Amino acid sequence: MKKRLLEIAHARSGDKGDTANVGLIALRPGDYPVLVKQVTAARVARHFRGMITGKVERFELPNLKALNFLLHGALDGGGTISLKTDAQGKVLSTALLRMEIEVPR
Amino acid sequence: MSRAIRIAAGQGFWGDWPEAPYRQVTGGRVDYLMMDYLAEVTMSIMQKQKSRDPSLGYAKDFVPLMERILPILAERRIRVTANAGGVNPRACAAAVAEAARRLGLKGKLKIGVVSGDDLLTRLDGLLARGHSLRNLDTGRPLGDVRDRVLSANAYLGAWPIVEALRRGADIVITGRVTDTGLTLAPLIHAFDWPADAWDLMAAGTVAGHIIECGAQASGGNCLVDWQRIPDLANVGYPILDARPDGSFEIVKHPRTGGRISVAGVTEQLVYEMGNPREYITPDCVADFTTIQLRQVRKDSVRVSGVRGKPATDKLKVSIAYFYGYKAVGTLVYAWPDALAKAKAADRILRQRLKDLKLDFEAIHTEFVGVDATHGRLAREAVGSDDVPEVQLRVGVRARDEAPVERFTREIAPLILNGPPSVTGFAGGRPKPEEIVAYWPALIDKQVVQPTVEVVEV
Repeated sequence: MKKRLLEIAHARSGDKGDTANVGLIALRPGDYPVLVKQVTAARVARHFRGMITGKVERFELPNLKALNFLLHGALDGGGTISLKTDAQGKVLSTALLRMEIEVPR
Repeated sequence: MSRAIRIAAGQGFWGDWPEAPYRQVTGGRVDYLMMDYLAEVTMSIMQKQKSRDPSLGYAKDFVPLMERILPILAERRIRVTANAGGVNPRACAAAVAEAARRLGLKGKLKIGVVSGDDLLTRLDGLLARGHSLRNLDTGRPLGDVRDRVLSANAYLGAWPIVEALRRGADIVITGRVTDTGLTLAPLIHAFDWPADAWDLMAAGTVAGHIIECGAQASGGNCLVDWQRIPDLANVGYPILDARPDGSFEIVKHPRTGGRISVAGVTEQLVYEMGNPREYITPDCVADFTTIQLRQVRKDSVRVSGVRGKPATDKLKVSIAYFYGYKAVGTLVYAWPDALAKAKAADRILRQRLKDLKLDFEAIHTEFVGVDATHGRLAREAVGSDDVPEVQLRVGVRARDEAPVERFTREIAPLILNGPPSVTGFAGGRPKPEEIVAYWPALIDKQVVQPTVEVVEV
């Protein structure tokens, strides 16, 4: 069954230079393995294609049922240089939650 | 001392809620008030202020906040750690001392000042001795931008603050100390933790990370169940209730709004995170994959199990340099065909900029109300033909000021010589803005000597 990440996860994002980070957290611990399996670095890079210039890295935090993504080149040069409204990547969190994944019934 | 201590977060950034520090010191028992002021580029703004007036260069609004609570701090023996000193911690301390004397607190308070982080005047010497201060992201040597550097500060850790507290300082004002060091220092001091107790250093660092952004750990900016988080108008900022064994609870004062939940604390833990196994500070390397969270009662989350590794022999250096200019212009287009009109105006504007042969490093267009925050993802998700209004927002960036200045004169004409049903230009012509860029680097710890002074008011 297809679900938006919004239905099974929450997120917060921030910046370090021209890199944005998005922490993705399972709403229910039981859904964490689904996130690990489906929300891969490659999948996230595809999701944000055209919106970031660098690579995507992923780190796992099983203790917090969370994945941390680093989106390199996401901020048009970084906080002060950037011409974007979201110069610090604060709402890339919910942009990731738009992703649809296949969830077992 | 071995009892639990309580450290309250009073400010999460320069410009945070002015009511928070007062509420934190009056709403219940606390032992320390921690105030974090510095972001990546704050130091360059402060350096600019100091170059215009040598008595400035710190977070000026720290002084009235302190003036309001100083008598309470003195009466309840609450101590303060704050990196409000920016590039001029001594001047900041002098201003707070003056406020204390005005309040009749002469002889009743000691102020500690931590400096030595400012490397601006030492840069050429450091470069000459082979410290290349390469950009951590690009690998380029600092020589590339040396003549445009505006500020350079090493991130100091908790230990200089610990020394100030040991020497009796009630209020410790610092330059560029890490956000987490402001919380770790009182823990080290109160519990007499040794420097090589890496798990304890990591626990205090994680605690600092959780409360350093203020209400972002107590219900503010929290996505989970946000509509039912109670009474944010009266939000209680987070308080750390810490024990000597390195375990702690995140709590808030009774009868305050907001919420302390595992979900909210987890969101704060992942905020601005890099590699979670290596959260590097001057004091330790904390492993965020060891953190255990548990909701122990309403509005109380217990944090335990934190493991750490030895600190590295480097300090991070935050360098800011002059980059160029930017300007952003906006116009609002109304229904019908609001988006089509805004898109047409953008095409016309870009054509005119091209015809003028202006040299920009970047031109960036957003249609606010349609795609400004989620870009292509939002455009794909909604049929945007029938939006009631769209704000056209165009930004330009260049190394020189002239093309940016010329751009600012091309927005208003569109009102009368572009697409129809346009408004929202009340703010007038946008102003070219100087841009400061950020240059992160590392330096050997041994070349940075923190200075600690403690003076009686």
